[in-house]
Amino acid sequence: MNLTLEVWRQENSTTPGGFVTYTVRDISPDASFLEMLDVLNDDLVRKGEEPVAFDHDCREGICGSCGIMIDGRAHGPQKGVATCELRMRCFNDGDRIVVEPFRAKPFPVIRDLIVDRTSFDRIIQSGGFVSVKTGGAPDANAIPIAKNAVDEAFDAATCIGCGACVAACKNGSASLFVAAKVSHLALLPQGQAERDTRVVSMVAKMDLEGFGSCSNTYACEAECPKEISVSNIARMNREYLRFNLITQK
Amino acid sequence: MTNFTQFFRSTIGRKLLMGFTGLFLCSFLVVHFAGNLLLFRSDNGVAFNQYAEFMASNPAIRTMEIGLFLGLMVHIALGIRLWLANRRVRPEQYKVNAGSDTSSLASRVSFLSGSILFIFLVIHLRTFFVPSRFSSSEVSMYHLVQDAFASPLYSLFYLVALALLGYHLRHGFQSAFQTFGLRGKRYLPLIEMVGFIFWFLIPLGFAAMPLFFYFGLS
Ligand code: HEM
Ligand code: FES
Repeated sequence: MNLTLEVWRQENSTTPGGFVTYTVRDISPDASFLEMLDVLNDDLVRKGEEPVAFDHDCREGICGSCGIMIDGRAHGPQKGVATCELRMRCFNDGDRIVVEPFRAKPFPVIRDLIVDRTSFDRIIQSGGFVSVKTGGAPDANAIPIAKNAVDEAFDAATCIGCGACVAACKNGSASLFVAAKVSHLALLPQGQAERDTRVVSMVAKMDLEGFGSCSNTYACEAECPKEISVSNIARMNREYLRFNLITQK
Repeated sequence: MTNFTQFFRSTIGRKLLMGFTGLFLCSFLVVHFAGNLLLFRSDNGVAFNQYAEFMASNPAIRTMEIGLFLGLMVHIALGIRLWLANRRVRPEQYKVNAGSDTSSLASRVSFLSGSILFIFLVIHLRTFFVPSRFSSSEVSMYHLVQDAFASPLYSLFYLVALALLGYHLRHGFQSAFQTFGLRGKRYLPLIEMVGFIFWFLIPLGFAAMPLFFYFGLS
């Protein structure tokens, strides 16, 4: 496959960036999007040019490092995959593809396609600890948990924190991410001790980091590589309201 | 108390108020619609004028009117606030905006539909509310309605505004329940059913009124 790429290039967070057009040739349809960028970078390095900087680590959809806006879609056109899992067979030979970084004020561009997502880490930190009994490792089945609670908690826990929800949201809201993290622990017995303080601190941090508010457009759900449901956002709101309007003394 | 103010300053707290005031406005639609059904009676407006007279003079109604007005103001003020804040989150726009499979256009333009609704409300209140409440001479509301909808332009404007109201509520009604945390498997069918009444049937019923008078069926 031969492709034309319009790639966002930006030296660092303080210099303005712009699009640069490149062509890549003989790309295998089985290559991932990142492998295609590897081919481009190999070309650039051989020509003595600066390679395109992009984030990646596991390249199997579990770490959440990768994340690129591809033709206006977070992680590209395929549903339920991260950029590293996106295959070039989703495109046609001769396509022109626009490649941009995830954009939101709390995700400042570090370089080219790499954005600083430590705001997510700070939200996680604000959630605090989970009280557990220390000592010998407990049996795996020592705490009985209802099957549907386990299922829902696990679905929420599959969030890899890539930031696609923020990138796809017209408001730059982090609600789906925060909701997944809140839900994951709120559903499990292990998360009960700090259930209220967790949601309150995480929502406050989310607002403080400068993410937008959720206007329930549900764009995030379609772009999430783990297909996390917006019903988690309803749960986060419920948790938040439960504390503020009911349980708070 | 400080926790409470903190709550209403959070994005979720603000959205809660937004949804609450939105549904409050919806409850008004039901009353307004039910009362206006009297317009369809072929009694040359006797019943409708009595109803209008009651609404204009009853102290309980007048008090609720203030609440309604405040609710609308809170709804609009928060709508503008959240919209402005959200715009600031992405100073550098994407070159390509592809949208997404799950996000409806209605949900993405609710600020626009709301803003046009506001213009409609100003004109609507100027035509009917102001003469009914602040006019020194006796006015027949029924004839006011009849005269207003004799104009094709004015009637058409109502049809457009009501379509927009439906569009605003198509997103807004279910959105409020998502904000309250109630939009889950259990309540979704109910929310969609009642939502259909609000975003489709009620605006359609209201739209019948200008058509009824414009085509001289009264
Ligand atoms: C007149 C000017 C109005 C403006 C400027 C306005 C603006 C807005 C905005 C910006 C939203 C936020 C939606 C989102 O979060 O994406 C909204 C939601 C909503 N509006 Fe309005 N609106 C107006 C009138 C109305 C009226 C007349 C009604 C009902 C009769 C209404 C009912 C609702 C409801 C139920 C919501 C959902 C709240 C939520 O998302 O939690 N609005 N409106
Ligand atoms: S590189 Fe780890 S999820 Fe894509």
